[in-house]
Amino acid sequence: MPEKIHLSVVTPERKVLDMEVDRVEIPGLDGELGILPGHTELISQLKPAGLLTYHTGEDKGEISISDGFVEVSRDRVEVLADRAERPEDIDLARVLEIKEQAERQIQKAMTDPDIDIARATADLERAVIDLQLAEKARRG
Amino acid sequence: MPSLQDLRRRVRTVRNMQKITRSYKMVSAAKLRRAQERVVAARPYANTMMRVLGRLSARAGDYRHPLLERRGDEHYVLALVTADRGLCGAFNTNLIKAAQQFLRENSDKKTEMVTIGRKGRDFFRRRKVDIVQEYINVTAQGVDHQEAARIARELMEMFTSEGSTVDRVFVIYNEFKSVLSQRVVVKQLLPIGAEAFGEAEEAGMDYLYEQPPAELFARLLPRYVETQVFYSLLESVASEHGARMTAMDAASKNAGELIDSLTLTMNRARQASITREIIEVVSGAQSG
Repeated sequence: MPEKIHLSVVTPERKVLDMEVDRVEIPGLDGELGILPGHTELISQLKPAGLLTYHTGEDKGEISISDGFVEVSRDRVEVLADRAERPEDIDLARVLEIKEQAERQIQKAMTDPDIDIARATADLERAVIDLQLAEKARRG
Repeated sequence: MPSLQDLRRRVRTVRNMQKITRSYKMVSAAKLRRAQERVVAARPYANTMMRVLGRLSARAGDYRHPLLERRGDEHYVLALVTADRGLCGAFNTNLIKAAQQFLRENSDKKTEMVTIGRKGRDFFRRRKVDIVQEYINVTAQGVDHQEAARIARELMEMFTSEGSTVDRVFVIYNEFKSVLSQRVVVKQLLPIGAEAFGEAEEAGMDYLYEQPPAELFARLLPRYVETQVFYSLLESVASEHGARMTAMDAASKNAGELIDSLTLTMNRARQASITREIIEVVSGAQSG
């Protein structure tokens, strides 16, 4: 059985992560997926907003990912996300702006049925996760 | 014979022009590098997606999806990806020629056009072609994935919407071969053909599906089309900068040759006038 798994996180625009890890937790659409080396082959959709956590030895890293798929084969985990951001990539000002806008949208959705509330909720959730992640990174 | 003054002026003009073409070439080179990096960066996503799709399609069996639906062969939509700007050699001309050829070959069918880029639109607007949708300035500032996805969604919409008679959707764009060469590609975008699923995977271990395969499949197919469009745009942008760089390089060289030949003529004219003056002086002294 392999000792490590190869984790790669890609978006349509770029490769975000490509490294060997011991263990990874992925926000699947129907629940958190904990992947260890030798995991059964698996395929799943990702949550509209979630946090991917990977562990190597004592170290641990987190990436905010949203929408997409994950494919697990024997010793490889390939995450195809619409968006994936490492803590250091997060643009705080932009995230705050999105958060505010999403909150306004949700407020408006109470009265206006035309607004896509699912999307606004996902935006808000994503913004909150990004903020937490950025906050954690800053505290180091 | 143009006067010395005229020649001097012309040399100066050509020299200024050469300065412009040279710097345009430099700018294109920098943009080309960035565009190439983006093509390379987009590759892993496209490859992984194709692999997953291939394995899924083997599992999903005779699964039906609107994007896979094969219909008649009467009504086409042709999406033409050109540049927004010129001064890039035969880049746009080759694309337009290919599109015209396509229209000729399929003149018995109803073909509507979607133009991405100003040059294609400007050309076909003046002709008897139905342009159903146009996009401008999509590729000018580098390609945004969101933007490409939006175009892809609108193309899919044309194909799948209720009562649509569109049988096939094609895309024409320039594929980036190298800095010096681009290749015009005509590709069928919809319905999605078997080539999307790559080599049929051997029936080995099956996946564990967190969601039903059909549902995953249905979510992946539109994304596949989005990726295809995105990739075509990236290739097109890289080709455009490559073509412009080559064109500007040639223009700078030609300007250099022109400067050389003009300078030669100028020197000859100057020499001739000096000689004439000396003769005048000498003959004046002799007669005196």
